[in-house]
Amino acid sequence: MATGRDDFIIAIRSAFLKKGNRQKFSLFTLLVASCLILSLEYFKSGPVDIFRSITRDIIYRGAYIISSPFKAISNTYYNFEDHMNMYAKYSEMKNKEYEINKLQNEINFYKAENNKLREIVSDPKVLSNKFIVTRVIVDKQSPFLKSIIINKGFESGIKKGMPVLEKSYMIGRVVETNYMSSRILLINDLNSKIPVIIEPSNTNAILNGSGKDYGDLEYLPKNNSVAENHIVYTSGSDGIFEAGIPIGKVNIKQDKKIVSFFVDLSQLNFIKIKTNIE
Amino acid sequence: MGIKSNRLYKNFIESFPIVFLFFLVFTSFDLSIDYILNISFNLVYILIFFWILKKPEALGVGLIFLAGIINDVLLNLPIGISSINYLILSGIASFIRSRTLKPNLLYDWFFFLLSILIVNSIYFIVLTLIFSLSINYQLLLTNSFFTFLIYPLFSKIFNKIYLLNINKQND
Repeated sequence: MATGRDDFIIAIRSAFLKKGNRQKFSLFTLLVASCLILSLEYFKSGPVDIFRSITRDIIYRGAYIISSPFKAISNTYYNFEDHMNMYAKYSEMKNKEYEINKLQNEINFYKAENNKLREIVSDPKVLSNKFIVTRVIVDKQSPFLKSIIINKGFESGIKKGMPVLEKSYMIGRVVETNYMSSRILLINDLNSKIPVIIEPSNTNAILNGSGKDYGDLEYLPKNNSVAENHIVYTSGSDGIFEAGIPIGKVNIKQDKKIVSFFVDLSQLNFIKIKTNIE
Repeated sequence: MGIKSNRLYKNFIESFPIVFLFFLVFTSFDLSIDYILNISFNLVYILIFFWILKKPEALGVGLIFLAGIINDVLLNLPIGISSINYLILSGIASFIRSRTLKPNLLYDWFFFLLSILIVNSIYFIVLTLIFSLSINYQLLLTNSFFTFLIYPLFSKIFNKIYLLNINKQND
């Protein structure tokens, strides 16, 4: 019995304390180092944060360079797919164009009416258009966390909390800024929570990321009139995002109301960051 | 020319585990098919476990530590958590290696399941309890299950590469 226990201890020692051939550190030393680095996460400012920011910038650039050939291959594939579907899409778009023109006229009318009403109640304009256009350099998405890295940081005026758009649709917000790069938390990440308004039912809710390609609606009133294809916009009630940025439309799957995003979050290349927030 | 290309090939085979580890970490090549079938698996775990069991000197612990740091930075995880995961996995694999007289795929497979359950439990506890991050528990469990299922397949592939390496050393 004692020999068995001794063997066990020897095996543990050999696994964690012994340095292997051509190895400078033991496993135990590196485990302690990892724990120390992990504990540094509590320092959100000062030299530790500056060092972290520089390390991130270097790793992001490295990942961009290393993954660029593979990204080019996947882009070629998607371009080829787009070419193959070009005719079908052209016909579909031609039909939609008529509808869009009709809706555009209606929107212009409502916009003018809205501005007039806001002047009466002395409220500033809902939408303004100050953007920084950036390129996505790393779009590594794990099954658990959904975020992307862009090639501009605080030197370009990007700040934490700024909303991020693709075309005119909301896709996420800035959660980390370094000197030359920033991280965007996508709206489908489990940690993303955005106050939204659903139109035309005029219902307020919280859009929660599901970790997949859709979002979940939380805190919906019990007797709500939200139906299929209703549009989800930011409500602006958190004071961070502007109101009225479109996000997606409501789909009902097995009696559960989910939000299908207008943008394919796995195919982002160039995005816009709205800079006109407090 | 022949000698040069032969040496290049030998070097590639020898450094395959390291190159593949950093390739996986840098390029997000985790073979997850989650959007279609809700399937995802962690190839890095398989790679580390297999090579530490078979040939630990092919994959230094210092490099495993560095790969963990890079993975954390790219995935926006608290820096150090992946290193801890990878190193604990290496430790368990190393422990099994020192206790095993006759390697057997079935035993390795069973211990791999045990190892990834331990490692993912630590990962989940640290992220949710200490850093208050939301992690989908079901997704993590599914990921562990498919990583476990796919182990024999990659074990066979890596074994072929390992044998190639042995043959080259004997040449």
